[in-house]
Amino acid sequence: MLSPSSGNTVIKSKLIGRRMFLLTAAKAVIMVGIIGRLVSLQINERTKYKTLSDKNRFREWKLAPERGVIRDFFDKEIASNQQVYQVHLIPENSKDIEKLFVRLKTILNITEKKLFYLRRVIAKQKPWEPIIVSDNITWSEFSRLNLFLHELEGVKPIVSVARMYPDNSSAHILGYVSQVSAKDLQTKKYLKDLHVPGMSIGKTGLERKLDEEIIGKIGFQRYEVNAYGKRIKQILINEGQAGKSFKTTLDFEVQKFTSELIKDKAAAVCVMDVYNGDIVSLVSSPTFKPNEFVHGLDKTYWNSLIKNEMRPLTNKAIAGLYPPGSTIKTLVALSALENGVIKPLDTFKCSGKIELYGEKFHCWEKEGHGIVNLRKGIQRSCDVYFYEIARKLGVDRLSETAKKFGLGKKVLNGFVEERSGVVPNTKWKKKFIGQNWYLGETLHSGIGQGYFQSTPLQLCLMTAQIANGGFEIKPRIIFNKKNNSLREYIKYKNENPNDPLPTDLLVSNFELKPLFKNQENINLIKDAMFSSSNEPGGTSYRHRWENKKFTFAGKTGSSQIKRFTEAQREAEVKQESLPYKDRDHALFVAYAPYNDPKYAISVLVEHGGSGGKAAAPIAKKVIKKVLERHELRERIDSLLGEQV
Amino acid sequence: MFKARSIQSSLSMKDKILSIDYVLVFSIFILGLISILAMYSTDGGELKYHTKSHILRFFVFFSMFLILSFIQIRFWHSQSYLIYILFFILLLGVKYFGLTSSGSKRWLDLYFMNLQPSELMKIGLILFLAKYYHRTSIENLNRVRYLFLPVVVLIAPLILVATQPDLGTALLIAAGGLTVAWLAGVRVKFFALSGLAFMALLPIAISFLKPYQKSRILTFLNPERDPLGAGYQIIQSKIAIGSGGLFGKGFLQGSQSYLDYLPEKHTDFIFTLFSEEFGFFGSLFILFLYAIIVWRIVQIGNVTRSNFGKLYCYSFATAFFIYVVVNMMMVLGLLPIVGSPLPIMSYGGSSMLAIMFGLGIAMSCKVYKDTPVN
Repeated sequence: MLSPSSGNTVIKSKLIGRRMFLLTAAKAVIMVGIIGRLVSLQINERTKYKTLSDKNRFREWKLAPERGVIRDFFDKEIASNQQVYQVHLIPENSKDIEKLFVRLKTILNITEKKLFYLRRVIAKQKPWEPIIVSDNITWSEFSRLNLFLHELEGVKPIVSVARMYPDNSSAHILGYVSQVSAKDLQTKKYLKDLHVPGMSIGKTGLERKLDEEIIGKIGFQRYEVNAYGKRIKQILINEGQAGKSFKTTLDFEVQKFTSELIKDKAAAVCVMDVYNGDIVSLVSSPTFKPNEFVHGLDKTYWNSLIKNEMRPLTNKAIAGLYPPGSTIKTLVALSALENGVIKPLDTFKCSGKIELYGEKFHCWEKEGHGIVNLRKGIQRSCDVYFYEIARKLGVDRLSETAKKFGLGKKVLNGFVEERSGVVPNTKWKKKFIGQNWYLGETLHSGIGQGYFQSTPLQLCLMTAQIANGGFEIKPRIIFNKKNNSLREYIKYKNENPNDPLPTDLLVSNFELKPLFKNQENINLIKDAMFSSSNEPGGTSYRHRWENKKFTFAGKTGSSQIKRFTEAQREAEVKQESLPYKDRDHALFVAYAPYNDPKYAISVLVEHGGSGGKAAAPIAKKVIKKVLERHELRERIDSLLGEQV
Repeated sequence: MFKARSIQSSLSMKDKILSIDYVLVFSIFILGLISILAMYSTDGGELKYHTKSHILRFFVFFSMFLILSFIQIRFWHSQSYLIYILFFILLLGVKYFGLTSSGSKRWLDLYFMNLQPSELMKIGLILFLAKYYHRTSIENLNRVRYLFLPVVVLIAPLILVATQPDLGTALLIAAGGLTVAWLAGVRVKFFALSGLAFMALLPIAISFLKPYQKSRILTFLNPERDPLGAGYQIIQSKIAIGSGGLFGKGFLQGSQSYLDYLPEKHTDFIFTLFSEEFGFFGSLFILFLYAIIVWRIVQIGNVTRSNFGKLYCYSFATAFFIYVVVNMMMVLGLLPIVGSPLPIMSYGGSSMLAIMFGLGIAMSCKVYKDTPVN
């Protein structure tokens, strides 16, 4: 132990011990550092990291809510939801996509183009994200698919819900739904928090007007996902809320009847309750198949729609503009009476034409109508009579009356496609055309030609407001129990013009506005319309109903497309012999029944020729149909009234 | 001398078994059990491949550790150079016959297991240098001539491992070697000088780094630089640990690891997983166990008589400590991700083998603490 080497060893041990002490101190410092870091991460910042961890963990998928349904007045669903059968595919679960496609093609009706599209989607998506192979297959395809499911790995048959329209008669007023476009997302604010990929939104008509409320509230599924985004398990599901359903004033039976009646023509029909403005029917023809839009439109079908010269996509009742033609004569006469320009028995002589500053203004009756007063003027639709009173009245006073009765402005709320039309006057012409008004134009305006532009719905409203005794009504299409007492109010007012109002009626209808100065003038017009339809010589006499229950009072009209040349006039060229595009539009407005007006109707037939021949027969049939269903409607109405 | 030798040789088996450091054995065993639970959690709460093979390895190598404890300290001393050379040959073997996985060649296929000789070299180098400095006298210690051999035995395996490439393990091997030299009394100035030389060579070394290694260092400096790429591991690991909070999310409830947000959760990030599930207190407990293990090995160094034993135990304890803290600092975002397993806890046969081998030698220092080595 005393050897030098052993002494050396001891010194060395001491050196090692000293240095180890230093290392141990360093270790202690490092330990403290690590514990400090743990404290900072797990204690001080634990909330922050917990949030981050949850953010990793959970992902939410939005669920498209079920769209509300639209019903007619009798609670029949006219835009409903239907179970649809869909084919989804999870690429990850399929061993060989190409083989699968070949197999699918034998079972389903899939085009090469669709497969090409699907391959592109698969390439873009994560392999576990489902893709929609087909969003609407038939039941027989669906059952065949289920039969062969065992050999179709990755394919999932899905039962979903989509918009379904029971028929095409109401396609225009209901509109259609279709996939959200990029433009929709930009322009429609409500879609910002609502958008779910694959969701359909209303593009036109009621579907569009009601879209915000009818869509519903979206739901979501919260999933736990792994680092690759694959769903591991569902944590939470919120089904969302189905959209609000709406009841309309439309009568689906009348819609179908009318649509069938005019299916071969480019035409539009509006029917309105004259007291509360309920739109009973609003049909445009030719119609289209709104169901085709729900699941992605077929290109050939789309092309056939936009190339059709009868413009099936346009809702002619609210978006078609036509000169009102002779139907405006009711308002011209009314305006003249109201302004004291003429008296009902003032007469003019019609010899077939008049001349003004060298220009000839023809009556449609080449031979002339002879001596004409107001009643005969409307009954025979004598142009010369109306040239004369329009000249006396002036276009500005005429336009004032026309505007009061609803022309020249949009009469519905929230229909993007609706157009307002034109009621011309001197100011309007100066502003929009930049020229002074000519007297000759007043004469044209007096028979509803020239600058005048109106929609069939506006003409229907005009007629309804004459029929109800001259009170303003607001057309409506969404059913509303509240204002139904308007009907009793107006009736009361018509029957007892000078009585003070019963208080309970007054309270609910204080905003009602008479459109006349003297109600007697309205009655004169109504009587003249009666003679036009029901007395020999009247323009629609041939299409009257003898049955008192259906008797209507109307006014024909035709809006000129091309003015006749003098040569054509001499040759007495018939409308029917002209090329289709050059024929006049046929118009007819009426209210019925005459003795107790309930409904007003307007009919337009594009290029149909004269209103008496083309439009009045349609009106006649529709009026019968509507009146036949009136009692049923009343019953429902009173039932609902009691519920209030 | 004779007396001492006779004392040692007269040790009965009972004496030997009694002289084992039971605190150390117990701590290692507890840590082993915890590691099995953690492995079970990485398998998603099922007894699958990783857990089964981890259990097998732990018990095989733990038994090996106990058996090695009874091998004479003199044997380890006398065979130190040979062991180093054997490990070095294995490293060379990797270079020529190694298995390549994810771009680096680190493993030898031994049929029953894939051996990673660089792990063994961590112990081999310590053993070699402990013997070398045990035999070098204090006078010669700091002569340049006597520094030559240590530098060679340090640099040679380092180059082999670094070019596998496995920078992390290379640095950990170097750390062990430098610890021995430091404890033996090599002057601070040599460390300072080599440090300067290292700094000077750093730019050149960086130019040799693979792009992924460079990106790891840059990412360490700013993890949010590329949150979905290289910084992803650090960010996700910090989220997992931080979200564990005080008490953790509960066993098998670690969403970060369960949902695969945690990379390398079996190996380098096993502490993250444990920390997420058992929180701050769980982490402290693990730290506590490691501290006890290190403390007990140092304690063996204190009681063993030979300088070889002291050098070995102190160095091994320090190296063990470094492996632990480097791994923890890495997953805590305090160091770049260099790829170093957590001793005993991490999945990996070679690491387990090397650690148990090192512990066996340390325990033999305890059993034969009074035996002189030469």
